[in-house]
Formats: sequence, structure tokens, C-alpha cells
Amino acid sequence: METKDHDRYKAFTRRTAIMSAGGMGVLATLFGRLYYLQVVKSAEYVGLADDNRMSMELLAPLRGRIFDRFGVELAANTKNFRVVLIPEQTESVEMSLDDLAKIIHISEGQRKKVLRAAARQRKFSSIIVAENLSWEDFARVNINGPSLAGIKPDAGVSRYYPFGPDLAHVVGYVAAVNEEEIGDDPVLSLPGFRIGKSGIERQIENELRGKAGSRQVEVNAYGKVKRELSRNEGVAGQDAVLTLDMELQSKAMQRLAGESAACVVMDIKTGDVLVLASTPAYDPNDFVVGIAQEKWDGLQKDKYKPQLNKTIGGEYSPGSTFKMVTALAALDAGVMSPDDYVFCSGSMYFGNRTWNCWKKGGHGALSMKNAVKHSCDIFFYEAAKRTGIDNIEKMARRFGLGSAYDFGMPEEKAGLVPSKGWKIANRGESWQQGETLNTGIGQGFLLTTPVQLAAMTARLANGGFAVKPRIFRSVGSDVYPSEESARINVPQRHLDVVLAGMNGVSNEPGGTAYGSRIWDKGMELAGKTGTVQVYSISKAERLAGIRKGEQLPWKLRDHAWFVAFAPVSNPRYAISVFVEHGISGSRAAAPVARDIMHEVLLKDPARIMAIPPVASGQIVRPALTRES
Amino acid sequence: MSFLEIMGGSGRELRLSEKFFEINWGFILLLCVIAGIGFAMLYSVAGHHLAPWASSQMIRFGVGMGVLLIVALIDIRVWMDLAYPAYGAALLLLIGVEFWGAAGMGAQRWIDLGVVQVQPSEMMKIAMVLALARYFHGISMEQVSRPFYMLPPVLIIMVPVGLVLRQPDLGTAALLMIGGIGLWIVAGLNWKIIISGLALGLVAIPFGWGSLYDYQRDRVLTFLDPERDPLGAGYNIIQSKIALGAGGLWGRGFGQGSQSQLNFLPEKQTDFIFTMLGEEMGLMGTYGLLFLYLLVMGYGVAFALESRNHFGRLLAMGICITFFLYVAINVAMVMGLIPVVGVPLPLVSYGGTAMITLLFGLGLLMSVHVHRSIEVPRTSVGLW
Repeated sequence: METKDHDRYKAFTRRTAIMSAGGMGVLATLFGRLYYLQVVKSAEYVGLADDNRMSMELLAPLRGRIFDRFGVELAANTKNFRVVLIPEQTESVEMSLDDLAKIIHISEGQRKKVLRAAARQRKFSSIIVAENLSWEDFARVNINGPSLAGIKPDAGVSRYYPFGPDLAHVVGYVAAVNEEEIGDDPVLSLPGFRIGKSGIERQIENELRGKAGSRQVEVNAYGKVKRELSRNEGVAGQDAVLTLDMELQSKAMQRLAGESAACVVMDIKTGDVLVLASTPAYDPNDFVVGIAQEKWDGLQKDKYKPQLNKTIGGEYSPGSTFKMVTALAALDAGVMSPDDYVFCSGSMYFGNRTWNCWKKGGHGALSMKNAVKHSCDIFFYEAAKRTGIDNIEKMARRFGLGSAYDFGMPEEKAGLVPSKGWKIANRGESWQQGETLNTGIGQGFLLTTPVQLAAMTARLANGGFAVKPRIFRSVGSDVYPSEESARINVPQRHLDVVLAGMNGVSNEPGGTAYGSRIWDKGMELAGKTGTVQVYSISKAERLAGIRKGEQLPWKLRDHAWFVAFAPVSNPRYAISVFVEHGISGSRAAAPVARDIMHEVLLKDPARIMAIPPVASGQIVRPALTRES
Repeated sequence: MSFLEIMGGSGRELRLSEKFFEINWGFILLLCVIAGIGFAMLYSVAGHHLAPWASSQMIRFGVGMGVLLIVALIDIRVWMDLAYPAYGAALLLLIGVEFWGAAGMGAQRWIDLGVVQVQPSEMMKIAMVLALARYFHGISMEQVSRPFYMLPPVLIIMVPVGLVLRQPDLGTAALLMIGGIGLWIVAGLNWKIIISGLALGLVAIPFGWGSLYDYQRDRVLTFLDPERDPLGAGYNIIQSKIALGAGGLWGRGFGQGSQSQLNFLPEKQTDFIFTMLGEEMGLMGTYGLLFLYLLVMGYGVAFALESRNHFGRLLAMGICITFFLYVAINVAMVMGLIPVVGVPLPLVSYGGTAMITLLFGLGLLMSVHVHRSIEVPRTSVGLW
């Protein structure tokens, strides 16, 4: 070996040793760092890794159902056949939609919605393309499924209202959650979650909703669920049973169809509301899936106000149906006795003006009972004049007018019973005597809802008990018994006067609703008509030949009322019928009330006997026929 | 000359069969164990399936082992004669990438030679070591530190480094440069020059920063502060550290690493496979693998020191340094000690070119060992 080579070999060995030492130093750093990460800090990183992989998912609770008094399902949870699209499973969302559109109908709106959602949310989360498919459509998607990229048939649960418009106002509907409504309950943020927006659905939303379940899942880095680690099913919502009788409700809706009208039927003792009908209505199922803009606009523009539940949310002057209150106020104040007569010449003079009776020629001398029977205006002007507004107001309040019952319908209105104090406070003017007269015949400031007039009639017929309307029989395991009602302190002998008058209205020749009496023995009703003047036909119009309401535009025609109870011999049910701009109580409202009351009486358990008691929540539907 | 002559079958030289026994089979076994760890990880990451990674990795390792053995049996003098041509070829391919290269992961690294796709930068790692060893073998120790003789190694190192930086591939460029300079130091470069060179390098850093691509700067900044961009560039490092830390002492179990199996960990079958080992096998796994690597390098240094020819010594050390840099850069990277650069973990990371190149290089190391007794004059031995 050459010397020079020897030298450089020695140098090489030295340098190699130095390099190796340096390398060992670097490796020692790496070993140290590994120890720090994997031993010293390990616990912290285990936590971070678990945070990464574990994710909580909420499970929507099953919504409580709503039943009528016989267990008929009014709000159901049905299998909702739908089609979802998962963007990550298709190359082009648009192409997938095109392919799907060849199989089932997809509107331009749906298409846009899906494309917008696809642009916004994460690729693996599914987008609902179409809901509530028919079985045929769903089957077609299923058969073609494998050839449709990213399209998946899926069966969810959605709210369904089997009776559609017949119950729209009572049960209400559920719809998608607004941003303002997302509160503390995280379940509200679930896509596709629905909450009650009106009616019963809104009133007992918390009970119906239930408690969300949850599951802990392991997700991958893209958020896709790999497996379930634990599951908590949550609590299903509570079922509710209503006092409503769906069969009668449907019949009432049919009878009112075509008019802007409302009808309430209630049990005069328990307050059970059997019918709460308002027309026209809308299909609540439209709202569940999201109502189309054209339909919504149509509802908004409709002069018949289909979205308004007129039974509780419509405030109208009671007209002559208020005369019973005036009569009882006069008796109560002692300014009239049942035997007092008032002479009606067709008009009277008071406070610088002439007050006319609806009957031009006048009624002659009338007792109170006959004044009710003939609905004489002059008699009640006189009665009101003697009684004074404040006594009338007090009596009206004893009959439940002027305040909301708050019995479970969220959209309920209070109505209005005027008084001297009210006028000063709200109008800043002092009360005029003439206004007392107007109030006495149910016009002027007075405002009532159909449910208030039904309850008023019930209180007249049940012997003066302050019965309240009741819509809930039970919610979940909470049973709502009908409360024992307090007396309203109107003596029976006073009540008997007006009840006799009401009997006269319906069952005596000359009564304003004699034409709308029930012929069946033992089923007779006793009622009171009401016609509320909306517009007075001017002299010029009279000269132009306009004499009758039919000749006026709908908006200007008089409102029609009829309140009644039945059977007269042993009262059990009260009814109120309102027909907006129906022109005449006796012609537009009384026949409707008669027909509906007749149906109610046909089902009256006291009449047909042998009705098994139905426990709340129990789904039993006994055959209820006339023969049974 | 015949194939037998190339294999060293003539004269007083070793016969092929003798060479075969000279191969250090313990070393070969060691490589197989390391590769086996890689197979296991690739099997785990595929959800306990051989496809798609483990199986093809096994085939590549098998081919690479064949290459290693053939390279080991070829005479060291042949490799010496081939050093410059090999470097020239690799350089041509590297220039070729400039014009005909295909892009992958945002950098031009691949070239299609019709039959196979190759990464010239990988080949250059070996070719440069060969060329430098050949050059330093041919000059005296005094000449190593003389300015005139310093020019060729500067060119041998800096030309490929410049080309690789243009691709741009920061990791490979760093590996080439550090490897080349390291070999130069081992060859006996004067300490004064080394220190003044280091000083010059520090001064050059600001200029180097300016010439970096945006994504490279991003990586460096993210390295300095991974939380800067936790869902973007910093994501890899953060998730990698979580996975390593979650592994703890004994690991989460084979196939049980949530970070790896649920895809929180990126590039887990390639550059971040060490992290996956750390998560599933814990500190025992990472220390174990590093220890095996240490053994490989120990063998390498021993092979270098026992060689009786300077070319062999330099070649063995060059391969050792390159191997060491692979390990150190990759492991430091996945632990967040240095910026994320695309350097695979030798013999374990999934990847064809890297595996073959590495086993080729280790074949040269073995060739040095097999031919350790041969003395080689400074000039070419003229086997051509």
C-alpha cells in the first residue's frame, strides 16, 4: 500500500468516525423526540385522536300522534318514500338528476334546490330529491337504482294528515324549522326536521316532539360514518287524544263547503268540542313537504281567508244572538221582569235619531220570550237603554265573551265586549247612550268568535254553569278531566225565559228559524238567529232598485249567525254557525246548524245507548250507526 | 470481455461461487426484516388486504433483491469504470425531465422511457455517489482541498441539485447536496474550507428563500408554526403528531390505528408510513425500526472501513450517508422537526423507483464488501 494511500485511509477512518458520531447525534435527537411524543405527551394525543374519530349524531324522535275521541288517527307518521342523492357517489349531480327525471317527475324547482344543496353541503351527505313518492314511483326508482349513479331510494318517516283540509285549522301542521326557531334543542338543526307551526301541532309541540336520541359513531377523515359505537334511542313524542269527533267534523266541513263559514259544536256539560270547522280550508300536507309558491300566494290572496281558523280566530259582531245576554242583563239588573211587555211599532225615537226594528210594520206588544222568538230590535233597544252598558258588559263576561278561553288553540282571539271604561281608555271618548242600544242588539263594538258563542249557548242551556271549551282529552299519560264548572249566578227562572224564547225561534210558528227546525221527536233544537249588518243600503241604492243583500257585492252583505242547543227536552249539545256575508241568519246559518246538529244527535250516546267507554289513547272505533 | 470476466471469474480474482459466499447474508436478512415491517404496514393500511400495496411492494422488493445480488457480484472496478458514464446518463435523464417529464404531486419528477417510467432524481442519488467516489479516488488527499480540484465536485453536486430544485423537489435536492458534501468531507476536505463554506451557506439563506416556490415557502412556514393552517398545509404535521402520540408505548395494535385507518393521516402508505408504524406499534415499533436502520448503517460503515480500495470506501460511505439521510429526513419530517419534504422511508414506504434505487445502492455496498480485498490503482483499471 502506498504511503499516500495510507495517509488518506487514516484520514478517511477519522472522518468516518466523526461522521458516524454526528449521525448518532442526529439519531439520538430523533429517539428523544419520539420518546417525548409517544410517552410523555401520549395521553394528550390519545384524546386528540379520539376527538378526531368520534362524532355524535342526533336521532330524530318519532313525533307523537293525534287522535280523535274515538281513536281515529288525525295526525299520523307514515312511511315517506323518498329519493336521495349522494353527491360523492356520482360524477355529475346534474347528469344523475337528468337520468332520474326520465323515471319520475322532477320539477325545475326541485332540481334547483338539489343543485344548490349539492354546492353547499359536504359531498357524502345525502340530499332529498323527491319526497312522498307513490309506491309505483318508488318501485321504479328501486328497480332502476343500480344504474342511477348517486341516487338512492330511502324510506323515512313523515307527518301525514289523513283528513287533509277537514282538520287543517284544528290540528294545524308541521313544517321545516325557521332559523329564528332554532333554539336550545339541537334536534331542531337536523336536516328535514319539522315542528308544529299552527293549531294543536304548535300548541303542544314540546309534548309531541319527544326527546332526541343520539348515537356515537366513528367517522373517517371525510366525516363518513364507519361504524356505530353506542346508541341511545331517545324518547318518542307523546300521543294526544282530542275531544273532537272526526266523523262529525268531516260532515260539518262538507256542509259548510262553498261558504266562508265556521261551526262549533260542544258538549254543554263537559265542554268537549266535537266540531271545530272553518271553511274554506287548505291541505296541511302541503306545508309538510313545503308549499309551492303559487299555492301559498293563492291562499294569501283568497278573500275567504282559508288560513284563518274562523272558529277561534275570526272576530265578528254577534248580532241578534247577543239578545239573550241583553235580556238576562235586564232581568239581572231588575229593570225588567219576565212578564213586562214592550210595544214595537217598527221604530222608536231616541237621542236625536230614529231606531228601526228589522220588521217594518213592528211586532206590536211583546213579552221578553216572544221578543227573543221574533228577534225584535225595539224590545232590546228598550232593554239595553234601561240596563245600561256596564250591566250588559258584566253579563256578557259571565257568558265568556270578551276573553280568550285559551283552551289549546294557539291562534285564539279574545273578541271584544265594550264598556264605558273601555271606550275612554281605547278611544278617548265618552260612551254614548246610542251605543248602548247598538250593543243591546249585538252590533257596534261587540266582537265575538264562533267558539265564544257556542260556549255562551252552552252556558244558557246547562243551567248557568261556566263551562269552558275543552279540546284535549289526554296528552301522553296526562288525562285532562272535564272540570266541574262554577255557576255564573244567573237564576234558572231568568234562563228559562230566554230558553223559552229560543225554543220559540225554532219550534213555534213565526219563530225566526221555524223553517230550520228538527222534525224528529225528542231531537228538537232551540236556537237564535243573528244577522249582522255590514253595510246599510243607501237611499240612492234603494231608488236604483237594490233592496236585497244578494244584489250587493259579497263584501258588503250581512253576516249570518245561528246558535242553538239540543235536544230541547234534555239539552246536551250547543252549536254555533257563522256564515260570513251569508246575508241572513235564518236562511244561511240556521239550516246549516240544523243539519249538523241533527248529525250530532244521531250519534248521541244518550240516544243510541250501549256506547262502550273509550279510554284515552285507546284506538277503538266502535261501529256507530243509527241502528246500533 | 465476457460476462464471466465482468463477474470477476478470471486469474487470481475471486470466482463467482466464492463471491457468492462472500456476500454478507446477515445483512441481506436484515434488509428482509425491514422490508417485512413495510409489508405488514401496507397490509394494515389496506384494511388487512395484500392489494393494492403490500403485494406489489413484495414484488418490487423481490426484483430489487435480485438487482442487489447481481450488483453485489459485479466487480468493484467495473463500477468504478461505469461511474462517470452512469452519472452522465442520470444527468441526461434529469435534463430530459425538464423537457419531457410528467408531473406528479405538483412537481415534474417522472420520465417515460417507453418501457418503464423512472424518476431520474432517484437514480442521481446513486450516480452522484459513484461519480464523487470515482473522482476522489483518483486524486490525492492534498488535491481534495485545492481550489482547482474542487471545481469538479462542485459541478458534480450542484448541477443535479439545481436541476432537481427546478422540478421542484426540495427533499431530493437537500438529500443530494448534504450527501455530496458529506462524502466530500469524508474524502478529507480541509476543515477551514468546510467551516467557511458553512458560513457562506448561512449568508445565502435569504437569497435561497427568495428562489423558493410558494408551496415550498408554505411548508417551511407551516413547519415553523403548524397551527398557522391546521386544515391546509399544517394538517399533515398535526395529524401525524397526533397519530404518533396516540400510539404511546405499545401502540394501538396492528390495524387498530384510528388516525391511519380512518384516513386522518395523509400519505400513510408512502411518506408517512413511519407515523402509522408509530400509531399501531407504539414506541416499541418506532425504536425497533430505527434500531434496524442503525444496524444497516453500522454494517455499511464496517464495510467501508474494511475495504482495501479508496473507491470502495468512499462508495460505501456515500451509500451509508444517503441511506442515513433518507431515514433522518423522513423521520424528522413526520415528527414535525423539519418541513414536509417528499422523502420516503427506505425499504418501508410504498414506491417502486425508490425501492429499486435503494437496493441498487445497497447492492453497491455489498459489492464493496465482496470485493474488499481488491486494491485499485488511482486511474481507471481499463477493464473496458
